[in-house]
Order: sequence, then structure tokens, then C-alpha cells
Amino acid sequence: MSGQFPGMILADADFMIHGVFRYTLFGQELYITTTHVAMFIVTIIILIIMICAHHTMKHAKQIPGTFQNIIEMYVQTIDNMVASIMGKNARRFVNYICTIFMFILFCNLSGLLGLRPPTADYGVTLPLGLITFALVQGCGIAKNKGKHFTNLFQPVPILFPINLIGEFAVPLSLSLRLFGNIMSGTVMMGLIYGLLPIFLKLGLPAALHVYFDVFSGAIQTYVFCMLTMVYINDKIADE
Amino acid sequence: MIDGRALVLACSAVGAGLAMIAGLGPGIGQGIAAGHAAAAVGRNPGAKSDITSTMLLGQAVAETTGLYGFAVAIILLFANPLIGKL
Repeated sequence: MSGQFPGMILADADFMIHGVFRYTLFGQELYITTTHVAMFIVTIIILIIMICAHHTMKHAKQIPGTFQNIIEMYVQTIDNMVASIMGKNARRFVNYICTIFMFILFCNLSGLLGLRPPTADYGVTLPLGLITFALVQGCGIAKNKGKHFTNLFQPVPILFPINLIGEFAVPLSLSLRLFGNIMSGTVMMGLIYGLLPIFLKLGLPAALHVYFDVFSGAIQTYVFCMLTMVYINDKIADE
Repeated sequence: MIDGRALVLACSAVGAGLAMIAGLGPGIGQGIAAGHAAAAVGRNPGAKSDITSTMLLGQAVAETTGLYGFAVAIILLFANPLIGKL
């Protein structure tokens, strides 16, 4: 290629999903992809940390050590975050928020380990959005019973299509926001790694990793959990 | 003479560039949000953490339209649906 266009730098950017292992199921050709591998590693890391945390908190000390401090700080931060949005309903949802916060955060940060972040695959973020959607609708039905559906015809019946689209836009926009942000970071990092000569690949991209993986990943995790809480609170808050 | 496939690929590349103009709106919107947040912190420094979280939430929602443009650009570049129609 670069022979054809003299003067152009050839960037062999590599940021797509690759198949690692091929298998056949019900006549369909399926792949174990890099997303599965990265997610498996992330899950194992979270499991190890949680087992250590469980062990530490079982023998919790009066004067906490470093690890116990971090765990307590994490739980307290999430507790305060959920309580500030949901008020007295916080106890019911803090476990769910805590779980998805940790999962999405570790998925986003896995770019630092050289993995392709699992959240840069739409097949991961769409289920996350759909779980939130199911939770929002379930809470709405449990709280308002039949009024949950008649609310779609408020304030005037002619607004029904717009209200319906508004409900179904929730999982779409949630998942696309997370996917788009992490994907754009992955694409940028892939292009930069493809462009740089080998001796610059050490060190220089680290500064960009701080922005694209750590900063952007943490912000998007926070935003995903925040919006999930806001959407749920919309349905279950007392008028 | 240009063959059809090359024309579709070239136009897809141009279209992907045009789709990223969608980044203009969120940029302006996020800037306005950040500016007002800075003004609010100046007026009431005690409420800094509340203002920051509200600003981040608003900016994330404002960013969505830009990400739709980004999704279109990525689809045009890496999963082109138009090539199959030739």
C-alpha cells in the first residue's frame, strides 16, 4: 500500500474484535472472541479481589489496614452515591449498583493490561442497558401496577407514541453512550499504537492511557450508574 | 473509469468524515455546561461536589448525539452495509 502512495505513513491499526477459537453450535459457526477472553480475565480478577475482601472483612480490625481501608471506602462511596439519589429506597438497589459499578470499572480499566476492553463491544453494553431497562420497567409495574401503563397516555393520549419511544430509548442511549466512549478510546489508542515507531511506543502512550482508559472509563462508569439510579428513581419515587 | 466498489468505498470514507461533524454540537454544549458549572462554583464554593456531579451527568447526556455520529462513522468504515448492495 505505502509503495503505491509515497509519503504516506502506513498505520497497521489493530483494534477490532478477533476470533480466538471457532466452534459449531446448531449448524452455526461461532467464535470465542477477544471480548470473551478479556471478560473472563476481568471476572477472575474481580472474583479474586472479592474473595480477599470477604476474608479481610471477616477478620476486620479496629484499626484498618490498607486493603480494608480501600474496601470500606469503596462501599461507603457507593452507599453515599445511591443514598443521595434514591433516599430511603437506597437499601434495595445498592447491591445492584455496586455490582455493575465494579464490573464496568474493571472492564474499562482492562485496557491498561493490554486487553481489548469488553465494553468496547456492543454485545456487552446492550445487555447491560437491557438489564437496566428490565429493572426500570419491573420497578414501575411493582410500584404503580396498571397505572404504569396508563401513564404512557398522560397528559394527552396523542402523546402515546412519543412516550413509548422515550421508554425504549433508555437502554439504547445508555448502552450506546458507554460503547461509544470506550470504543472511541480504543480506536484512538489503536491508531496511535499503529502510527508510532517502535522506540516511541514505550512511555508516550501512557499519558494517553491515563485519559482514554482511566479518566474516560471512570467517568462513564459513574455516569452509567448515575443514570440507572435516576431512571429507577423516576419510577419508584413518591409523588 | 471508476469501478462501483471503489466509488462506494471513497464515498463511505467521505461520509464517515461528514458524520463526525456531529462532534461540533456536544463540544459546544459541554463547554457551556462546564462554564456555567465554573460560575456556580465561584458563587457557591460549598456546593462544589454536587455541582460537579450534576455537570458530569448533564455533559454525558449531551454527549449522546455526538456518539450517534461516531457510531455511524464506525459502521461506514468497518462494517460497511453499502458494499453488499452492489
